[in-house]
Amino acid sequence: MSVTPDGTSDLTRRTLLRRAAAAGLLATPAAGLLSACVGGGEDEPTDQAEGEKSATNPLGVDGKAPLEIYIFNGGLGTKYATDVHVPSYKKSFPEAEVKFNQAEEMATVLQPRFTSNEPPDMVNNAGSKLMDQGALVQAGQVQDLTELFDAPSLDIPGKTVKDTLVPGTIEQGSFNGKPYVLNYAFTVFGLWYSDKLFQTNGWAPPKTWSEFTALLDKAKAAGKTGYAYAGANAAYYQYLVILTTAAKIGGPDVLKNIDNLEDGAWTAEPVKQAAQMWGEIGAKYMNKAHLGLQHTEVQLQQNQDKVVFYPSGSWLENEQAKDTPAGFNYAVVPVPSATSSDKLPQTAIYAAAGEMYFVAAKGKNPRGGMEYLRHMLSKEGAKGFTQLTKVLTVVQGATEGLTISPGLTSSEAMLKAAGSDYFAYRWDTWYKKMDDECRAATNELMFNGGDANKFVTRMQKVADDVKKDPSIEKFKR
Amino acid sequence: MRHGRYPFIVGFLIAPVTIYVTFVIAPYIQAFYLALTNWRGVSANPKFIGLDNFERLLTDDTFWKAVRHHGVLLLVLPLVAIAIALVFAFLLNVGGGSKGGAMRGVWGSRFYRIVFFFPQVLAVVIIAVIFRRVYAPDETGLVNGLLGVVGIDPIPIMADKNIALFAIIAVLVWQAVGFYVVLFSAGMASVPKDIYEAAVLDGAGRSSMFFKVTLPLLWDTLQVAWVYLGIAAFDAFAIVNVLSIEQGGPDGATTVLGMEIYRNAFSYSQFGYASAMGVALFFLTITFAALTLRVSRRETIEL
Repeated sequence: MSVTPDGTSDLTRRTLLRRAAAAGLLATPAAGLLSACVGGGEDEPTDQAEGEKSATNPLGVDGKAPLEIYIFNGGLGTKYATDVHVPSYKKSFPEAEVKFNQAEEMATVLQPRFTSNEPPDMVNNAGSKLMDQGALVQAGQVQDLTELFDAPSLDIPGKTVKDTLVPGTIEQGSFNGKPYVLNYAFTVFGLWYSDKLFQTNGWAPPKTWSEFTALLDKAKAAGKTGYAYAGANAAYYQYLVILTTAAKIGGPDVLKNIDNLEDGAWTAEPVKQAAQMWGEIGAKYMNKAHLGLQHTEVQLQQNQDKVVFYPSGSWLENEQAKDTPAGFNYAVVPVPSATSSDKLPQTAIYAAAGEMYFVAAKGKNPRGGMEYLRHMLSKEGAKGFTQLTKVLTVVQGATEGLTISPGLTSSEAMLKAAGSDYFAYRWDTWYKKMDDECRAATNELMFNGGDANKFVTRMQKVADDVKKDPSIEKFKR
Repeated sequence: MRHGRYPFIVGFLIAPVTIYVTFVIAPYIQAFYLALTNWRGVSANPKFIGLDNFERLLTDDTFWKAVRHHGVLLLVLPLVAIAIALVFAFLLNVGGGSKGGAMRGVWGSRFYRIVFFFPQVLAVVIIAVIFRRVYAPDETGLVNGLLGVVGIDPIPIMADKNIALFAIIAVLVWQAVGFYVVLFSAGMASVPKDIYEAAVLDGAGRSSMFFKVTLPLLWDTLQVAWVYLGIAAFDAFAIVNVLSIEQGGPDGATTVLGMEIYRNAFSYSQFGYASAMGVALFFLTITFAALTLRVSRRETIEL
């Protein structure tokens, strides 16, 4: 209802402080940079808009309150928001003004607004400059989404929002058991190749490790690099594959132990074995020059048929749309089985809800923010998103009967074959430091003749360090 | 006339001093304060934790790695850059011998002067992007393309731990030389002609002219160059951020303090700890500048 700002005197005090602190922009080299308002403004709650709850308005949105949203302008673009979700929200609340904003560096633009307690209502926290979501949650800046997930779905009758989602979605956005973040895009990971290349050479996608290496030998004989990833900035595509193999060998608990920072989680036998097997692939089939290349450069080489397999998530097809020659036909296979005694079947894959959207708890219209997410999670909203971005969403069955692109069809088939055998980990976003260390360790393993033992001990050490560091908040799943 | 003096001076100073205090001094003070907190960048009220951040610095391997890299930079960068710049400046101004009593540069020195200054005109980030192509790890890169011509397999320059830091120093030198050529040229221009004439009459060759006349008379300028380059050696952030793989990699082999501050602040959200690193960097730089000025103090030759 009321969206009045704080009293005038208060405003001037805060503006003043903020101005003084804007000086922080020049602080000793970088640290104060985005500080905006350190020590200015207490954590006082602002007046938040609220309307009457009803069957069509289960979250009690104030239909007149303006809503401010921030969308990351990256691989997915922003068209899905401006053309699908915003109109959907406006249809339900014609009187509401929806302020749409986009940014490429979310932290640069938004961090100051959070520190000064004037955040936008809904934020798509993504990209390489995303804000530390854990830190935001820790600071009480993020709205608890329980109410949203318990609300009825917008256009799937008889179901709550929770029921319409792919299992695991809510857990993926939970921090210590509470749902704070909606991970909207559903991404499947595997080894990508050109179906055309396979057809012309009469190759079949490999299912076992021996089939995999046999195919890599053939690729080598044909003068191609059998397997590649970009060491300069995309080593995490590779450690994802290594850990996928580890999970296949030892079951998904291997990854759970890593997430929970259990003692010896990295030095466990399945992880070591996976590192061993991938290290051999690196030594035998990879091109050392790729260590110095960026992901787009290596992906381009794949489009030119110089590279056969490339590990990535299902955004790859959309990302490469401009460079992919006609008839290239992206296709994807699960990471091959490692041994005959694997705990998980060959079809098991790494799949996760990603692309974070959250509502600011201290914003002016958190109910509107949640309602916006409800519109995103409607069947129509999800379908529109997939059509515009070629990326699946966490809404089940939203794309039934749609044929959009070969890569999307292939990843949908892979997901269907996997059934309930999909898994994911969280440690890389929870503990950024471990992510950095693992990238370095992975490059060493794959390119610089590192061995499995060194890889696992290195990772175990950083995991132990993080565990002991009291300044880092720990998460469990 | 005296009574109007102070208002006059104050009137001139008030604006610049206010701006300086607001945008330079105040942020420094704030950074010093943040270094004593565990601020994570998103809450309005950081918690005071005393010197814990500095204790952590002592046992942080990456921090010390970065400090070591500054050590290497500090040794190599000023030495190489000043040496090259001096040689070039000498050739451009005095290297052509004397004609009609005036010292001249080598043939075409006006053209070279412009060429040397080119890198200085480019933004640092552009230089880093250019060198990403120069150092590209396959034969598409300039360096590896040339190596390919003489039959050497491509070297992953930025991806090799032993080469990467020196490849970065090479870029820094390439970029810095132009400015110091101009600086030294100006210095040489202020050396009175008659000293050179006298030296020529006494039979001094080019090298003894350089070491016995030019160098001593340039001492002040050299000292300034040394401090500037030393401070530049404590920076190097932009080049490392854009040019190196994994921002400071491979495996921390090229990281510098600026990079670690940036990483801790913006990627780990440990603004307090990053500020502590900033404070450490502040003192390192100040110490260096003070030391250099003290150690290199000499009697200036009155001209």
